[in-house]
Parts: sequence; C-alpha cells; structure tokens
Amino acid sequence: MMGGAIFSGKELFDCRQAFAEELSALAARDERIVAVCNDSVGSSNLKGFQADYPDRLINVGIAEQNMVGVAAGLANAGLVPFVCCASPFLSARALEQVKVDAAYSAYHMVLCGMSPGMAYGELGPTHHSIEDIAWMRAIHDLSILVPADPYQTRQAMRWAAAAEGPVFMRIGRFKVPAVSDEKAGFEVGRADELRAGSDVTIVATGTLVSRALEAADMLAGEGISARVLNLSSLAPIDRESLIRAARETRGIVTAEEGVKAGGLGGAVAEILAEAHPAPMRILGVDTFAPTGDTAFLLDHFGLNAAGIAHAARELAA
Amino acid sequence: MSPQSLADEAREVRRRILLTIEAAALGHVGGDLSVTDILTTLFFGVLDIDPANPMKPDRDRLILSKGHCAAALYTVLARRGFFDESELATFMKPLSRLNGHPNRRKVPGVEANTGPLGHGLPIAVGAAVGLRLQGLKSRCFCVTGDGELQEGSNWEAAMYAGHRKLGNLTAIVDRNGLQQGATTADTNDLTPLADKFSAFGWEVEEVDGHDHAQLLDVLAHRRHERPLFVLARTVKGKGVSFMENRVEWHHKVPSAEQVAAALKELA
Repeated sequence: MMGGAIFSGKELFDCRQAFAEELSALAARDERIVAVCNDSVGSSNLKGFQADYPDRLINVGIAEQNMVGVAAGLANAGLVPFVCCASPFLSARALEQVKVDAAYSAYHMVLCGMSPGMAYGELGPTHHSIEDIAWMRAIHDLSILVPADPYQTRQAMRWAAAAEGPVFMRIGRFKVPAVSDEKAGFEVGRADELRAGSDVTIVATGTLVSRALEAADMLAGEGISARVLNLSSLAPIDRESLIRAARETRGIVTAEEGVKAGGLGGAVAEILAEAHPAPMRILGVDTFAPTGDTAFLLDHFGLNAAGIAHAARELAA
Repeated sequence: MSPQSLADEAREVRRRILLTIEAAALGHVGGDLSVTDILTTLFFGVLDIDPANPMKPDRDRLILSKGHCAAALYTVLARRGFFDESELATFMKPLSRLNGHPNRRKVPGVEANTGPLGHGLPIAVGAAVGLRLQGLKSRCFCVTGDGELQEGSNWEAAMYAGHRKLGNLTAIVDRNGLQQGATTADTNDLTPLADKFSAFGWEVEEVDGHDHAQLLDVLAHRRHERPLFVLARTVKGKGVSFMENRVEWHHKVPSAEQVAAALKELA
C-alpha cells in the first residue's frame, strides 16, 4: 500500500541491488575492499561479488560476533571490509564488537545492516531491526547512515569506502521509489530539503522519506505548507537544518521505521530541546509488531502518508 | 635473544610490573605475572616488529585478548622501545594513555582495544586472513586467558581458523587455571582444552609457559599448515611466592611491604 499519488506508477527499488552493484564497482577500483558475511551471500545479494572476487568474500558462517571481530582484523591487516549481515543480527548479536572492535578501536570498516526495519515482515520481531539506529547512536565515533533510495545507497557506500573510520549503514530491502535530487548530490552530515515549506516540518529517514513527500502533497491540498527533510545521516547530524526548521515552522514531525526511543526522533528531540524547543510528534514503532507483511506493518503503525499528515495537521493547527 | 637473556629480561619485567601496579594502586597483578614470560618471549625473541615504525604493514601482529593484563603489555612494549619506560609511572592515572585496558589509538604497539573477553581471537583470525590475502608473510599471534575461553566468540573464531587452515595464526593460552573468582575447573571446566582445539582443526603444542626455551622452540619458526594452539601451562602470580596460584591476587594490590618482599624474591 504505497498509496500516495506522486509515486503511483513510479518504479520501486530494492536498495540491495544498488548495493551489490556498487560493492563490485568499488572492489574493481580498490583492491583493499573485501566483503564479510555470515552465510548471507544470498540475502546480502553477494552472488555476483562472490563470482568476481571469490577470495575477497569472507564468509565466516553463522557467527556474528566472530564476523565483526574478523572484519576488525581484516582492517588491521590493511583491508577495507564491508560487513554484510541482516541488520537485526549485526546490530544486536554483535553489538559489543561494534562498540569495541569497530568504534572504540577506530577501524575503518563498513557495517551494512541489510534488510533493516520491518523488512522481514511476517518473520516477526525476532527478525525486525527496529532498535539498530538507537543502539548505534549510543556509540561514539561511529558514522550512521540511512540511505533513502538507490542513489543515496551508492553515494553512502562510496563515502564509507573512503571514510577511514567505522560506518554503520542500513541497506533497505523494502522497495522504495527514487526520492533524491541527484543534482544536489549526497553529503554526509547534511539533511536534504526535498520540499520547501513554512507551516510544519517533516523529518524522515529511509523508507519513510517517500511517504513524507506524499504526506506533504496531501497537506498542500489542504493549504498546509510542509517542509520535508531527508535526514539520511544520523551521525554526524545536521543540527543547523533542524534548528532552522524549528525556528521557521510551527513544529516537527519525525518519521522512521524504528523504535520511537533513541532513534531519529530522539536525535532531533535532543538537539531541539537544548537549542530551540519546538512541538514535536515522533512517529515510529511502539510495540513488538504483530504478524504481517512490511507494507501492512508500516500502515499498522501509522508510518504512511496519512499517519504523517495527521501528525503534521496537529502541529500546524 | 637466548633463553637465559629472556629469563633475565622477564625478571626485570616482573619487577617493573610490581612497581607500576604499586604506583597505580590498581591492576591485575596475578595475570600480569602469569603472562610475563609469554609476552617477553614474543616481543624479544619472536615478533618481527619495529618500534620505530610500529604500523609497518608487514609487521607481525600480537593481540593481547586478556586486555586486563595491560600492565604486562605496556611494560614489555616500553622495554622493547615503543615508548619511554618512565611513562609506566602514569599507568591508570588521570588522562594517562596507559588505560587499564590497552587502546591502539593511543599506545604504539597495541593492535586491538581489548578488555571485554573473547574479542582478541576473532580479530587475530581476521588479521591472519587479511595478511594471507595480500600475500604478506607476517604472522599473527593472539594471547588469551584460560577463563576467557568460556566466551563463545572464541569458539566461533577457532572453528573458522581451522576451516581456513590459517597457518600464519598462533593462539597461546595463558593456562594458569584460575579465573577471577575461582579455579576454571570449579567454574566451567575447559578440559580437555588441547583436544578441543585439535578437534577444531588446529595443531596443538603444550609447553611450560615460564620456560623460555620451550616457548621459543614452539613460537620462533613458522612451520605450520594449520593454525597453532599453544597451551602454555602457567602459574598465576608467578615469581612471587605469596601470590602464586592464589585466586585473590587476580586484582589485589600489594602493600609497600609486600612489593618490597616481592622485589627481593625477584632480585
């Protein structure tokens, strides 16, 4: 149920496809690039990489703690590992390794949380990765990126390959339309203003960005001018754009495919509470999900254009 | 360095560890004294390293997984020339780079930030894979505690190292039989430890972990087609009679009188 008018009929993308193509392209240019996975060659879309670079695919089996430790060791040896693992297991099972072996040790490694959020739909909360952003945000010296479409996925990977420090990024599986203005480019630490607006601001990330744009369209039909910020860089974060939005509009709605505590909404609230308090609505996932496919669950939690528009109306009133 | 020279060096390392812990009034003296001969042999007799160029790509790697024995590592690094020995006096003091657990971002010669147990072996496995992938002949060594092998991540790493036949990897367990609260046998017994690694595809050697000739013999030359597990039998608190094999000296701090008595034994 993508629902909204502006994306109806538009092509939808599984960002893992762009991820796989970009990883092979990076590997072709840079011999240091290796992939590390946990029996996730298929789910991480690594079959092409495996065919092209069999020695550079390090599949440790079903062992996530070892996977992240091995990646740190590969970085110690001078390589640039892209760890490719379903986000729930990368972020939860290996969290101490992410903290200590990647972030505290400052190893250049790229932790790719595949199929994040509720992408695994009917498989249920064990396989949902709705806590990853909150957990990663609590770790110092770790960049956190949530690309919203294939363009941002590729650009985030290129940046991460050259970053010289640890990066966590979500790689989406749930199909999304292209939302980026490619002429504006991609910049880590910058929120992209996809829609100008003066009454209310919607800050969205990942799968919720296209839904925020749909909500803005609905609101425009009602005479409400909604600004839309795509906040694909959670760390570092664009404080200035958020403070400006709080100053220039009547309130902020945040929308994310994740828990409401400590994720995008928490990040925005932390900044605004200190710098420019503003009315907020934090939209996210507030219980372990019932059974359902991803589209159903996003609707169930109000993470759709209607839900975002409803929250925005309250703030714009 | 000859076994006798290593023994002389290890005696001096033990003395410095005691003084360092006395000054800090903190530390893990039992494990430090247990692992001293292993670290001394590695740094003075085995590792291909250059203190003037601590990050050279083809260096051998030593990852101390039992990061709480940082005082022993710092002492050996300082005496090997990675930094000035006078800095040991800052161990665990406010803003010292010599934290209670080692930090590679601050201390030259440290390869991994360890402390939570069970992290070193996976990192060592990754480094061994990465060195081999690049055609480098460097070796990778990991020193673990024995109680630490109760952490499951070690067995994930051990299984993968055996699978990959990482002949450039050596793991040495400081097998003193004591963990923080009791013996390993009474807590969660590890035996038969060598058989376990053997079953995971490793070559296995058992040595007296305080005998420098034995340590040199198994560590100095690469001659393995599979990863090598060295079970080094040690005594916690080795070299100080009233600390040896006593569980309370895991992280008890000796008094000035006890340090004086210990130094006399190590004269």
